[in-house]
Amino acid sequence: MKLTSVPITLTQCAKTFRGTRVLEPLNLAIGAGETLVLLGPSGCGKTTTLRLIAGLETPDAGGRIAFGDDDVTALPIEKRAVGMVFQSYALFPNLTVRGNIGYGLKIRRTPAALARQRVDELLGMMRLSAHADKPIDQLSGGQRQRVALARALAVQPRVLLLDEPLTALDARLRDTLRGEMNALLRELGITTVYVTHDQAEAMELGDRIVVMSAGRIEQIGSPRDIYYRPVNRTVAQFVGTINRLAGERRDGMLTTIGGAVPLPAPAATHGSVNTAASTAPANGPHEIFFRPEDARLADPASAQLRGHIDSTAFLGERTRLTIGGAAPEPLVVDVAGRIELARGTPVGISIEQDALIALS
Amino acid sequence: MSGASPGSGADKRNDTLPMNSITASESPSSPSPSSPSQPAAGPRARRAWPSTRAWLAAGQWLVTLLLCAFLIVPVVMSIMAGLTVNYFRGVSSGLTLRWLIEVWTQYHDSVWLSLEVAAATLAITLLTGVPAGYVLARSKTRFARIVEEFLVLPIALPGLASALALLVIYGGFTAFRMSPMFIVVGHVVFTLPFMVRAVAAVCASSDLRTLEEGAASLGASFFTRFMTIVLPNARPGIVAGALAVLTLSIGEFNLTWMLHTPDTKTLPVGLADTYASMRIEIGSAYTILFFIMTMPLLVAMQWLGVDATGQRSASKKRAVSSAKLDDPQ
Repeated sequence: MKLTSVPITLTQCAKTFRGTRVLEPLNLAIGAGETLVLLGPSGCGKTTTLRLIAGLETPDAGGRIAFGDDDVTALPIEKRAVGMVFQSYALFPNLTVRGNIGYGLKIRRTPAALARQRVDELLGMMRLSAHADKPIDQLSGGQRQRVALARALAVQPRVLLLDEPLTALDARLRDTLRGEMNALLRELGITTVYVTHDQAEAMELGDRIVVMSAGRIEQIGSPRDIYYRPVNRTVAQFVGTINRLAGERRDGMLTTIGGAVPLPAPAATHGSVNTAASTAPANGPHEIFFRPEDARLADPASAQLRGHIDSTAFLGERTRLTIGGAAPEPLVVDVAGRIELARGTPVGISIEQDALIALS
Repeated sequence: MSGASPGSGADKRNDTLPMNSITASESPSSPSPSSPSQPAAGPRARRAWPSTRAWLAAGQWLVTLLLCAFLIVPVVMSIMAGLTVNYFRGVSSGLTLRWLIEVWTQYHDSVWLSLEVAAATLAITLLTGVPAGYVLARSKTRFARIVEEFLVLPIALPGLASALALLVIYGGFTAFRMSPMFIVVGHVVFTLPFMVRAVAAVCASSDLRTLEEGAASLGASFFTRFMTIVLPNARPGIVAGALAVLTLSIGEFNLTWMLHTPDTKTLPVGLADTYASMRIEIGSAYTILFFIMTMPLLVAMQWLGVDATGQRSASKKRAVSSAKLDDPQ
């Protein structure tokens, strides 16, 4: 199954509910066939953005939404030819699985034979053939999720919109379905907007991720951009875990409690918005960030930073160490799972220079 | 806990004998008349427990049965009165169906009229109440809340007041005044709130709104959504409302008493007539007739209601499929 896809353009779309701005004016261009993930904590405006694209909300005056060359701002959802999967799935309890998947085809008065064929095809694709005539309340969570997806795809939408489609499932099932969903979206090649607050979902599924917070877009970029080159603290702290080294900047070094770290040259910071780093005086208070997996244990004698183990957490494939005494705040460092260290053990850590992240 | 700590025992004695036991409280180890009796009280109380509970249970049963009897005996007496030859001589005078037959020959028109009025009332409340309930549940405006309040007024006001209002305004339209439609109008005024409230409750609670959004995303227009998604999923509320409307309409007396004409006597009005102007046996037989007529209706509606929500069938199915829910496929 291959679907035609259109690009989506949002121009100056804001949304105000009862005098409260929940979405600041926003510009967003989504390429044809691209999977764009809207990521952010609850209340950040990601669902509102999705509902604007769906046509379930209309943007404040001045906002414009286009599918390709087609201005859809004034069109209600039923005329936009979108496929939508809701967080609660919104499956119709009064219809069977087949009835749910075929609902949109029936509305469009698709000839019965053709509709049946399409529904059968989707049932097969979603491994639901055995459940075709069951009512919805007899399905498991994962099955419901697949019915919801099949129902949205049955009408061959121009755009697929997914509102936290995996949130209602338990963790293991979520992991499995995430992989399946990824394969499916690649195969369909449909323009997809996916809303989630789960960074693992965002990383795996997104061609690009839009990190949102408080009604604003914080950063748009590939998963790697977002993770390794966050533009500000909000993004860095929301995606993954990050350590902060605060100290004194002197002669290209950052000196803190447990030692000193050579600072990257301003040019080497990958073009991220590091105005604070570049405009800061050569000497003075300074701070720099790094990810837990980018530090490695080193001989305390030759390590950049020295501290001691505050606590360890064995997570299976890795051990997460919390190291005190190296910086004003405890540092979190991930090492191989087999490494066992007692509390209080003095350790040294070194960080690759290009893994250091400067943030404004 | 009895006598577990000497300190607490001393405090207790101090409380009960505040005046003359100061020395006793200063030396808690000294034997006092109350301390040996305390350990003994424990086992005795434990042995007494089952019987206390049995007494309590017996008392509860007694109260429950007495209350039931208090409510049921008059009903039974009334039914018996309608079946005995002479109520004042009691059951010994013999049982008969004579009164029932007499009531049927005289009042069977009321039975049909009541049913017709109830059916018409139900039809009108369905047509107006269901959309109204849906809209009220959806609307968040102050106006909707005001309308909701006003809808309840006919329940809060005595039926007499509503009837008088109707008579004052429409009493002059003789043809209307003389027709059963006049009573239907009264019943609609009285029963509409029950339908609207039941439907509004279902529409406001469930995730009907999301279901509708789902249908809309698949291309369904408002009318299609309403017919294929809203109505089927609001069915529990609609059935509950319909049940309320039918039973209220059939049993309504206050308002109907004011509105009726000799040609438009409903069942309750006829009942009042018989008790007021005929032998007590006939009035009681009328009660039996009423009972016979409304019970099947109530049972049918109840059965239909349970089935319509799918709750009865769903609970059965859930038991069957609960094992499958663990299976991720």
